[in-house]
Amino acid sequence: MTNPAASRNQMPESDKPSLRRWLLTDTPASRRQARLASLYQGWLTLKSNKLTMIGFGILVTLVLVAILAPWLAPHDPFAQDLGNRLKPLWTDGFLLGTDSLGRDILSRLIYGSRITLYIVILVALIAPVVGLFVGTVAGYVGGWADMILMRITDIFLAFPRLVLALAFVAALGAGIENAVLAIALTAWPPYARIARAETLTIRQSDYIHAVKLQGAGALRIITRHIWPLCISSLIVRVTLDMAGIILAAAGLGFLGLGAQPPSPEWGAMISEGRKFILDHWWIATMPGLAIFTVSLAFNLLGDGLRDVLDPKDSGE
Amino acid sequence: MRHMKSLMMGAMFGLAGAVTTVPVMQAHAETPPNMLVIANRIDDITTLDPAESFEFAGSDVSRNVYGKLVNFDPLAMEKGYEPDIAESWDVSEDGKTITFTIRDGLKFHSGNPVTAEDAEFSLRRAVVLNKTPSFILTQFGFSADNVEQTIKADGNKLSITTDKKYATSFVLNCLTSTIGGIVDKKTVMANEKDGDMGNEWLKTNSAGSGAYKVVSWKPSDSVTLEANPDFYKGEPAMKRVIVRHIQESATQRLLLEKGDVDVARNLSPEDIAAVESSDALTVYEELRGRLMYISFNQKHPVFSNPKVVEAMKYLIDYEGMQNSFLKGQWTVHQAFLPRTYLGEIDDKPFSMDVEKAKALLKEAGVDGFEFEAGVREAQERVEIAQSLQNTFSQAGIKMNITIGTGKQILTRYRARELDMYLGAWGPDYPDPQTNAGTFAYNPDNSDEIKATGFLAYRNAWDPGDMNAKVDAAVVEGDTDKRRSMYEDLQREHQQKSPFAVMFQKIEQVGLKKTIKNLRLGSAITAVSYWPVTK
Amino acid sequence: MTAQSDIDKGRQPSALVESLVRAAKILGSIAVTMLGLLFVTFVIGRVMPIDPVISVLGERASREAYEATRIAMGLDKPLIVQFFVYIGDVIQGDFGQSRLTARPVADDIARVFPATLELATLGTLLGVVVGVPLGVLAAVKRGTWIDQVARVVALIGYSMPIFWLGLVGLLVFYGILGWVGGPGRVGIFYVDLVPSVTGMILVDSALDGQWDVFWNAVSHIILPASLLGYYSLAYISRMTRSFMLEQLSAEYITTARVKGMSEWTVVWRHAFGNIKVPLITVIALSYAGLLEGSVLTEIIFAWPGIGSYITTALLSADMNAVLGGTVVVGLVFVCLNIFSDLLYKFFDPRAR
Repeated sequence: MTNPAASRNQMPESDKPSLRRWLLTDTPASRRQARLASLYQGWLTLKSNKLTMIGFGILVTLVLVAILAPWLAPHDPFAQDLGNRLKPLWTDGFLLGTDSLGRDILSRLIYGSRITLYIVILVALIAPVVGLFVGTVAGYVGGWADMILMRITDIFLAFPRLVLALAFVAALGAGIENAVLAIALTAWPPYARIARAETLTIRQSDYIHAVKLQGAGALRIITRHIWPLCISSLIVRVTLDMAGIILAAAGLGFLGLGAQPPSPEWGAMISEGRKFILDHWWIATMPGLAIFTVSLAFNLLGDGLRDVLDPKDSGE
Repeated sequence: MRHMKSLMMGAMFGLAGAVTTVPVMQAHAETPPNMLVIANRIDDITTLDPAESFEFAGSDVSRNVYGKLVNFDPLAMEKGYEPDIAESWDVSEDGKTITFTIRDGLKFHSGNPVTAEDAEFSLRRAVVLNKTPSFILTQFGFSADNVEQTIKADGNKLSITTDKKYATSFVLNCLTSTIGGIVDKKTVMANEKDGDMGNEWLKTNSAGSGAYKVVSWKPSDSVTLEANPDFYKGEPAMKRVIVRHIQESATQRLLLEKGDVDVARNLSPEDIAAVESSDALTVYEELRGRLMYISFNQKHPVFSNPKVVEAMKYLIDYEGMQNSFLKGQWTVHQAFLPRTYLGEIDDKPFSMDVEKAKALLKEAGVDGFEFEAGVREAQERVEIAQSLQNTFSQAGIKMNITIGTGKQILTRYRARELDMYLGAWGPDYPDPQTNAGTFAYNPDNSDEIKATGFLAYRNAWDPGDMNAKVDAAVVEGDTDKRRSMYEDLQREHQQKSPFAVMFQKIEQVGLKKTIKNLRLGSAITAVSYWPVTK
Repeated sequence: MTAQSDIDKGRQPSALVESLVRAAKILGSIAVTMLGLLFVTFVIGRVMPIDPVISVLGERASREAYEATRIAMGLDKPLIVQFFVYIGDVIQGDFGQSRLTARPVADDIARVFPATLELATLGTLLGVVVGVPLGVLAAVKRGTWIDQVARVVALIGYSMPIFWLGLVGLLVFYGILGWVGGPGRVGIFYVDLVPSVTGMILVDSALDGQWDVFWNAVSHIILPASLLGYYSLAYISRMTRSFMLEQLSAEYITTARVKGMSEWTVVWRHAFGNIKVPLITVIALSYAGLLEGSVLTEIIFAWPGIGSYITTALLSADMNAVLGGTVVVGLVFVCLNIFSDLLYKFFDPRAR
């Protein structure tokens, strides 16, 4: 399953710079060109969808905010001032008000973006990779390995998710790293299933038979030939799952088992602010909006990516 | 295409309907006049058996269900214990035997008469079952082997004999705690299983003679009580009391404002302020016995230096916390006996003073260090922890907060693994010994002994000659002398111990203005529903 | 889906043997999954740094009481022995006693699971009733503003922190507008008014003909159910859209249109008729997800469901309750999966 965008190149030829023409050529001269060309065309399709671009824009902003946090934040996110607590929105110097300990909410949100990114990146690195590994090995090797690995996957799938995460965090101690591991632990089984399903199809292809005849070992076939083919559907799935991951981390934060104070993790901020929701609604609402915005951005992007990469959804 | 339009409209209506078109059922804006509905956190109840029950919400139930030999009058708490099931008592010459005369004509909820035999059974049972709170009785020398001799009924008299001479008030105060509840022997033994003296059955049922009987306890959901029409002080005005488990302060306030509950017991200071400004609602408060403290593990190389501990006590923003996020609900208090206890002192030797702390640290030769503090995931405590983190850092000390569930943090605290613990302590019975015997008492500090019941032990602190002073105070018969002994103990404790007691609890409840005479139990007991009117 | 691959491989010449083998394989896979589930839960329970004895006795426990209880709980025996003792009990249908609630875990589950079942069922119904038409509409109108609106509506549902939405919903619809009942399953005056048959108040009150209780329960359940419904709506409508897109681009649809069939027939009879089966799988999965019990929703709405039951138990190391709850949730999940597989076989002519 190669990138479908490559085969439907109907972009109008233009007289713009040669790089663009090189990328849009119908007759790629090299493998690299073909790959870059397909990426570029995917990007063009993506670009034509406004909502997707909004999502993309939000995420770029998030990354910039996280990088530039020290320069953007008007205050130290940890500086307490008990005499200046629970200030409303638009207070002089505190655009989004202050929290229960008198800390500037805007600054905390800005620094919190780093934690959100950290969670997202780590989970996105761990869960799909584990799932990919388990799924492809099960699918390719088959037999006993398949049965054992898929039973394990089923067990983790059947496990109540939050309970598994909670148990893990409770066992290893609360903290952002453990929360990330816990979420990854609950997130990998669906990836394993997708990867296995795809592997089963790919395994039968002439292409893999040909590679096998050339004497390639199982490990090499899996890592070099099967993985690349599974990746596009995984990317779509990961992007769509991102919102869920952020929300799960926030959920752990809400239960007091995510990031540890005074860390400005958004879920923990909602949790701290919920006590005040009736009279000082902004304290919980601002981080709520931040989580919502980023989740929405990931979903919009993922939805767009699905249209580009994976027009026939697998139904998983 | 027309179909598509109608389909779309359908979808839109469906969505709107899902959120809004709910039949409005608000016919019940008020709770009935003879029913009291309370919002509270009751997920700590694990048993209703008075011989076993040891949590806050459990004592609230027990106090209203079980009569005791001696008890507190909710409307005259300051008078101390008064006759309840025992109408009078005598103390023997040697001060070791107390003989109670059981009141005539009392009946259990089952209709069985309350006799000295029931009282004998109840106290013996509590000792023999040996559940967590049994130490309240066994500290007087009662044990499963000797209860036949030490706790004896004879006619309408019950006599109890202690191993030493103790202050009578100490013994009687202990009998007012939950474990002193008198159960209906016949009913309980009819429900005995495998020689458990009815423990299994009493966990979820009641067999008392108090103002109410338990209708149902649904864990983490509700407790329903029904008035006892034969209660000897008169049938309570509230025929039914329902306590609902509501976790969030905001939710409790919404229920209160909507009239769906009469009383809300876990409101945050902000929600209390809102209730105060409401026309139909009011706030009622009582000083309770719970203390908020931090303590420093003496196994930690830096904290074993008394100068460092002293410095830490100057790095706490007592006033700042009291006046901000703890406003109205915790008051600064720095001694191990709660106010209203015999021997209470109001000394506050410590206040936030960074310069002084720095000087002390310099004297101790310490320049910046890092340690771990264990805190359970309750918002109030997490806020206190963050404030401490902030003020400690002003002297260059880095505190890492570890948040965990209550049980998890407690497990590590008891294993002496935490550098610092932040937590609350509630007295077990209304006598100064309850706190003196744990904050300032630890006869054997070795690891093997595992005397994890003592707070001093959990911090690996050896109180030295304070042990002997605690032992002496508990047997002192002269009340004035006893009082001054505790006063001295506390002053010494403030200076020497690795404990920094910070606050004492003020319980603020929001309630309808029409509710009268709800008493929470002040620092010495639990809530009383029977005097309540509406 | 759990057993699907095994079923595929289990083709035998004789129909009877085939179905026997199939049934045995299904049962076998359930058994293995459940055993694994139990094992993982058991290990988690034992590695948790919470002393189960302390959670029984409380923090004042004396050393003697501590030791006595430890032995009474069988914690002095080797782990593997403890595990097999437990498995033996479970096979006899005995989940043991919960330490937190002082009653048999089986009784507790019989009390909390119906509450979750009621909420999850209504939530899924709302999600299906709104989500499926929304998804179909979005597919038919692909690329138009309708598609975009449907996408945003669905994605908002997917992106909202449910506990925030729950608190705000409670504030607005209960606190300010007074349109719905407050937290809890039913108003305080209606508690215990109807005999518990199924444990689901809506069903029980309807059976008993107590319509005032029924409507009161409706007013309490509607807000949390709408929240959960919105969440599953998001998933269901997105999946419906992508299934429909696949069908609508198929040749037979074009043929049908050429034949002059009405758009309604084309979309609903033909295209939708063909996506029913995968859609059922999707709905079953989303239903299973809600049946785990949404802990956060349950906390906010004071809903005594299985999610908060297991969580509370877990945080207090009440392992009998955790194991029992997990087994039930896992069993429900596995059964729903098998059920949707069977439906698949039944409905899908290609699979038959």
